[in-house]
Amino acid sequence: MTPVEPITGPRARHPLEERSVCQGPQSLIEIDRLSLYYVDKPAFQDVTLSINKGCITALVGPSGCGKTSFLTCLNRLTDLIAGCRVSGRIMIDDLDVMAPDTDVIQLRRRIGMIFQKPNPFPLTIRRNLVFPLREHGLRDRGQIAQTIETTLRDVGLWDEVKDRLDSPALALSGGQQQRLCIARALALLPEVLLMDEPCSALDPLSSGVVEDLIVSLRSRYTILIVTHNLTQARRIADHAALFWVQNGAGRLIEVGTAKQIFEEPRDPLTAAYVSGMRG
Amino acid sequence: MAQTLSRPQNLREWFAVALVWGAAALVTAVFCWLLGDIVWHGLSHISWTFLTAPPENAGRRGGIGPILVSTCLILGVCLTVSLPIGIGTAVLLAEFTSDHSLFGRITRRSLDVLAGVPSIVFGLFGNAFFCKTLGLGFSILSGGLTLACMVLPILIRSTEEGFRAVPTSYRLSTAALGLSRTTTIVHILLPAAVPGLLVGLVLGVGRAIAETAALIFTSGYVDRMPESLLDSGRALSIHIFDLSMNVSGGDANAYASALVLVILLLAINGTASWLATYGLQRKAVTV
Repeated sequence: MTPVEPITGPRARHPLEERSVCQGPQSLIEIDRLSLYYVDKPAFQDVTLSINKGCITALVGPSGCGKTSFLTCLNRLTDLIAGCRVSGRIMIDDLDVMAPDTDVIQLRRRIGMIFQKPNPFPLTIRRNLVFPLREHGLRDRGQIAQTIETTLRDVGLWDEVKDRLDSPALALSGGQQQRLCIARALALLPEVLLMDEPCSALDPLSSGVVEDLIVSLRSRYTILIVTHNLTQARRIADHAALFWVQNGAGRLIEVGTAKQIFEEPRDPLTAAYVSGMRG
Repeated sequence: MAQTLSRPQNLREWFAVALVWGAAALVTAVFCWLLGDIVWHGLSHISWTFLTAPPENAGRRGGIGPILVSTCLILGVCLTVSLPIGIGTAVLLAEFTSDHSLFGRITRRSLDVLAGVPSIVFGLFGNAFFCKTLGLGFSILSGGLTLACMVLPILIRSTEEGFRAVPTSYRLSTAALGLSRTTTIVHILLPAAVPGLLVGLVLGVGRAIAETAALIFTSGYVDRMPESLLDSGRALSIHIFDLSMNVSGGDANAYASALVLVILLLAINGTASWLATYGLQRKAVTV
């Protein structure tokens, strides 16, 4: 396992403007025959997939085909769900995610997650960022202040909130709340970001802002995004994977570069889905 | 065009409205009558001396100083014991047991049964267990502990509801940030569950402070100023009961004591609802 950068250590950051397309086929996450069951009902079965480092991978498909469940396996949020059983293997570098002795706290620090509905804590804007940092052992006030500013700048929120860091986070607009949640995840220096329809609860304008933000995070983070918005997937994703319900369980139908999936799909289901004829 | 109601419909509507208003008016009237009666007979006897002086001549004259002190001590013991146990059990039930687990089901069912047990039964239990078995005798400590047993079921269940009312998204987002369960409970869930806790506290304390039957057998009758928690102490409700039932000519002071009790109750209710809406909300935002 690559050592996680200590949160108290120097914060090496690439400038955000460096917007290179994700480089080469360097795989970061290897998923092998992953299946998930809620009690006895399968959510998805036999998903084998490799996620490239620094790329945006979009997971698309109709509702109920296990995309979100798939995401929650990667940071083991599935542990929280009673009656949920996962089989298969997920490797992030050399870290076996599903192994019983894996430190989930460290795992979840490496893998940030953004939910569909913005979910800042009912605390102030500042406390929303400080609280997780403190809990992960960052005590130095100067460093904390620095991190707050850097991450809020990264998500383009600094100028909007710098004068009211101590007002309630829930008073922010939906789009601002979502960007705050992204900042909260980024503050912990993750390598991977899981995004579960991060724009679907937002108005079109905020959705556009968040989308631009996601694009700007490319290459610094490995991003997996679930989206129902095919045009969005087309605009931002480097790779795309189509999930579909077959025989009562979600399955991975096709995976490839976004260009290939949207323009030259091999599977007839994919062709029908991306052309809007099904799903 | 607005649809006009036909005559019978109109009549039915009118009748339904009258019924609802009538019921509400009846309830309010009973409360106002009760309160008015107590204020009318009690207010003229209330003075600083009444609140601080010890009772004389079996309570016919003098004040309720030691009785107020005993009442507050009993309540203090009750809260000191029931709050930590109550919050702890509520956390266990809401966060660590599933809805369908046998343990959870049994615990919840027993609490619901306990919440409905008549207070005299708690009194007899307290007398047998705290006074006799544990040897605490008739004392403020026995009384407070007995009240704690009585208050706990209400407190636990409503705090548990408070925890359950906190959206699951908070639990998921804290877990996704790699925060431990303890951190989540202490910093996020507990502040958010405070309204439920306060509701339970108000209901519980209301029941406790007005309690007579459970205290008669545990904290006793003695109306002297208590010197320690192991002294017997007379609670306000017992004082009222005694003055109105056993002491001829004690009516005036009984009314005055009842008024003090009602004011105490209203003050506790008011503080709790103020805390729920303003005080703790602000705290939850700034912690």
